[in-house]
Amino acid sequence: MSATLPMPNRDAERRSDPRTAIQTPEILPSRHSFLVRLTHWLTALAFLALLVTGGEIILSHPRFYWGETGNVNMRPWLNLHLPSSRDTVPTGYGYVLPDQNGWSRYLHFEAAWVLVATGLLYVIWGLFHGHFRRNVFPTRSDLSARKLGRAVLSRLRFERPGAEEAWSYNVLQRVAYLAVIFVLFPLMIWTGLAMSFAFDAAFPATVTLLGGHQTARSLHFLVTILLVLFLMVHVFMIVFAGFLTRMRAMITGRVVAPKE
Amino acid sequence: MNEITRRKLITTGLAAAAGAAGVGLAAKLAQRNGLIAPDAGVRYGTGEALTYAAQRVLGSHANAREFSRSQISKNPFANEVDPLGDEFKRLQDGGFADWRLKVDGMAARPTTFSLAEIRSFSSSSQITMIGCEEGWTYIAEWTGVPLSYIVDRVGALPQVRYVVYRSFQHGWWESIDMADALHPQTLVATGMNGSDLPVPFGGPLRLRVPRQLGYKNIKYLNQLTLTDNPKPFGKGGTGGSSSDAGYAWYAGI
Repeated sequence: MSATLPMPNRDAERRSDPRTAIQTPEILPSRHSFLVRLTHWLTALAFLALLVTGGEIILSHPRFYWGETGNVNMRPWLNLHLPSSRDTVPTGYGYVLPDQNGWSRYLHFEAAWVLVATGLLYVIWGLFHGHFRRNVFPTRSDLSARKLGRAVLSRLRFERPGAEEAWSYNVLQRVAYLAVIFVLFPLMIWTGLAMSFAFDAAFPATVTLLGGHQTARSLHFLVTILLVLFLMVHVFMIVFAGFLTRMRAMITGRVVAPKE
Repeated sequence: MNEITRRKLITTGLAAAAGAAGVGLAAKLAQRNGLIAPDAGVRYGTGEALTYAAQRVLGSHANAREFSRSQISKNPFANEVDPLGDEFKRLQDGGFADWRLKVDGMAARPTTFSLAEIRSFSSSSQITMIGCEEGWTYIAEWTGVPLSYIVDRVGALPQVRYVVYRSFQHGWWESIDMADALHPQTLVATGMNGSDLPVPFGGPLRLRVPRQLGYKNIKYLNQLTLTDNPKPFGKGGTGGSSSDAGYAWYAGI
């Protein structure tokens, strides 16, 4: 056996370490695994479809109520004062929008199936592969008051993320992603299912725990707003941190290290 | 970079093949068990078709939620309907004494019932919620004859899979499967909140399907047709005027 044989292996090891890899940007480990990239874009697509069709559906009754019942004869807690696609809703506008609810409802539920299937794939895969443990759950040291404070300050000062953040999420990102993955999306699915009369027949606690059918509808809307806020910050941060590198990392998995 | 090993390639290939075979088998089983909604083939129809099949597989016997008398809405909303015309006016002036419910199709004894006959059958009451696909809801007490009683009375043939039902208003019709048709809460409703069903709410007869949205609860019911396939009814081939107009046939979500 020649003594030169192990060399390429050591080289490969060195290259796969992100810190030393900065010198050899052409062969780097994947920033985001294939499954993360696939589920990210499927979720993005489904979310866009759900958002557009959800908006269309709201236009047929742009009012929100608490409790079980709500209709135009009752007082809403929130009136969006938007034009409506129904002439039965007094909006103050002199016109009625075209009815888009048919295809909107079809697409809303189709996209919801895609979202739920994608989410399940992502969460089950993530738990088995240690994705959440490694990449998403904040580390113990992350949660120290000093580090947290520094992360918040850094964001407030609009400091651009450094090289290490091209390889790892910072603590604020981790907390935000955790909230979206394990709180907001599950709440969306729960409140959505709670509006189904047949689903409520089989599992009445789905809606009674929330406080009623109209409460479920209101919460579905409010959580949408939180998700849209997240999306806005998310997209802003992508642009802020470097649109091309971040997009390339989420599409191809590759990171080209910033030039020092 | 992930290395693509032979083992990985073989496992992925096998998983994909098993997945494709599984989907094919599931579709075949669904077809055999009548789980394919009549509108499954329309654009974006796969989601609603999955919802329908999933809800039927998970169980179709559960009762819609019932409420207490104190929860009955003080201000129910009737929604609007197209003008009902002179013929309806004439029937209404006669106290609907001449209103008829025709039951035909795959029945041993097709029958036409008068309103008085329907009212003479033993009735049941329920306090349930009705919700429009637009998002609004109200709670009321409905009284009527279970549809299952009428289906039994005319002697439904064993091959019946759907009930097609029509409104006095021309072109307004829907269909439901037997899980909903024979469900104890599905009523040919004659009364609401202790009095005769008011005309704006569908009087004299409305089909009440509390596990589905308002548009499946059609007003001014005057015909039931028992069938093994609702697709040939109507022009769109989707089993109802709402689904022909682009709304989902199954409105359980």
